[in-house]
Amino acid sequence: MKISSVKIISLLFFVLSAFYLYTAYQIQVFSFDENAPFNAKTFPIYLGYTGMLLSALRMILPEKTVEEVNHKVLDYKKVILLVVTMIFYGFTILRVGFFLSTSIFLLFAYYFLGERRWKWMLLFSFPFVALFMLLLHGVLDIYLRDPLLKYLGIIG
Amino acid sequence: MIEGILIGLNTALSLKNILMVMMGCFFGTIIGMLPGLGPMTAIALMIPITYGFDPATGLILMAGVYYGAVFGGSTSSILINAPGVPGTVATSFDGYPMAQQGKAGKALAIAAYSSFAGGTIAAIFLLFAAPSLSKVSLAFRSPDYFALMVLGLTAVSAFSAKGQFLKAMMMAVLGLMLATVGQDTLSDIPRFVFNNMNLSDGISFVLVVMATFAMSEALTIILKGTDPSSAAKAISLKELGSIKLDKEETKKTLKTIPRSSIIGFIVGVLPGAGSTIASFLAYGMERNFVNKEEKEKFGKGSVHGLSAPETANNAACSGSFVPLLTLGIPGSGTTAVMLGALLGFGIQPGPRLYMTNPEIFWSVIMSMYIGMVVLLILNLPLIPYIARILAVPRTFLIPMILFFSVTGIYLMSFNTFDIFLMIGIAVVATGLRLYKFPMPPLILAFVLGGLMEENLRRSLLISDGSFNFLWDRPLTAIILVFTILIFSWQSYLSLKTK
Repeated sequence: MKISSVKIISLLFFVLSAFYLYTAYQIQVFSFDENAPFNAKTFPIYLGYTGMLLSALRMILPEKTVEEVNHKVLDYKKVILLVVTMIFYGFTILRVGFFLSTSIFLLFAYYFLGERRWKWMLLFSFPFVALFMLLLHGVLDIYLRDPLLKYLGIIG
Repeated sequence: MIEGILIGLNTALSLKNILMVMMGCFFGTIIGMLPGLGPMTAIALMIPITYGFDPATGLILMAGVYYGAVFGGSTSSILINAPGVPGTVATSFDGYPMAQQGKAGKALAIAAYSSFAGGTIAAIFLLFAAPSLSKVSLAFRSPDYFALMVLGLTAVSAFSAKGQFLKAMMMAVLGLMLATVGQDTLSDIPRFVFNNMNLSDGISFVLVVMATFAMSEALTIILKGTDPSSAAKAISLKELGSIKLDKEETKKTLKTIPRSSIIGFIVGVLPGAGSTIASFLAYGMERNFVNKEEKEKFGKGSVHGLSAPETANNAACSGSFVPLLTLGIPGSGTTAVMLGALLGFGIQPGPRLYMTNPEIFWSVIMSMYIGMVVLLILNLPLIPYIARILAVPRTFLIPMILFFSVTGIYLMSFNTFDIFLMIGIAVVATGLRLYKFPMPPLILAFVLGGLMEENLRRSLLISDGSFNFLWDRPLTAIILVFTILIFSWQSYLSLKTK
């Protein structure tokens, strides 16, 4: 018997709701609040039960139309590459600084999506980010931490 | 009220705010034209920018983006039969056949005039309805607010995707769960933070919106291999022809506008219904109003058939501001995003907004008129040129959306944890989108989560832990009955189909 993907997602949601409910019961409330009609864990407890009920209904009730996705036509490779690039961007943005990390992120993202016109890729990375930073610093007065540009004496 | 209108005009007509409306309409049109990227993405991308402005300017900008996105959606519906937003699907029924008959310019003009008229008439309704409703809504108590929020979530779940009610309700519960992360507002007790200091302040609203809309939409486009910019290229290559309407066409448009405006506004006010339902209802209603000869033209390039949904969807946009401005409860995903942005400014919309921040209340209403004028004067003649800007290849467009999403969050917190959390939520949202789990109920629930808990807390404390508060007051009971009706109707629909 084949189980539909939506039912598997519903099962995962049921497990998540059960874990949420367990964690809700573990919330430490003040002793004087323990028997109050409403305390910090009341609402989460209701939510946990509601989540479990809804996902159980979704699992039990028969499906009108089975939502299946043809995974063969989906481009997982590019999405994974983009997600990894974003994670790398997240790791470097504070250490390397906004300018270099953002420019490199954009360059890689263009490349992974199949762009090979280097002139445009370079134009829409380093000069574009420099312009964006100028807009943030100069017009909107928003500070951006950038150790590299600070070291080079470009920003204060 | 005259004083309020003058305050609103004074704020909305400042050079800065006029520029914001123009910028918002322009940017919204660009995003709205791209199939798959709707008003919510456009507004989400704008939020980090609005934090540099005062609340009135920020909201004016977002209102401009909203109208621009709806107009942009109509353009791609008419010219290439690819609706940018669901609210403009009905526009393509007669708009696209007209464009195929070589009357693309006329079709765009009818859409623009109808949108302008629909939006303006609805804004006038809003002008009179909002202050009166604000006074009425002062009578609302905590149980009524709680019941109203449950009704809003049920309605949005019921209308967000056909036949996906349970999925939508699950998304709403997930949104409420995400809203409970962080310190409890009353006792400051940490909840679901798992000893992580980064979660103690809760999850940022902008983070959730960016992750579930901008970022996950960009990832979905890549995953499915679609190219939204191809639509824009097609628009930029189209010959529009004359945009001048003849006497007969003007007469037909003028007949349709009043009735479609009324239905659009009423549907827009209802929680969850929004512009999609308004446009379909207006299309269906118009078909019943016209004579037999005109009826046969529907679907083949009818002026009535194009004007009705366009008038109604813009009127519904104005109508959807009524529950937001008067009760502080958004009736749709888009207005939920706006509520989140307002809360970010430290402003609580609701009946008292009319008294405490009249400049915001009135300037938003006034900026709607200005937005309509901007759309009519600027966007209509500029459509082919805007589309040319849009014909940016997907290889550049997607990294830019990702860049603005990540930077938007980084600029708010300067915390890399938020970036990783956003990527995580975006990946999960992309997976859920594949299986048609709707995102608007999640956003609405996330925004309403705190308010819902607060009102439930007050209601339960007043009634000493009893749930009698749900039927003690007639108003609460009526709202509850509506919620039960929607729930039962959805259950009946699923049983009937089976």
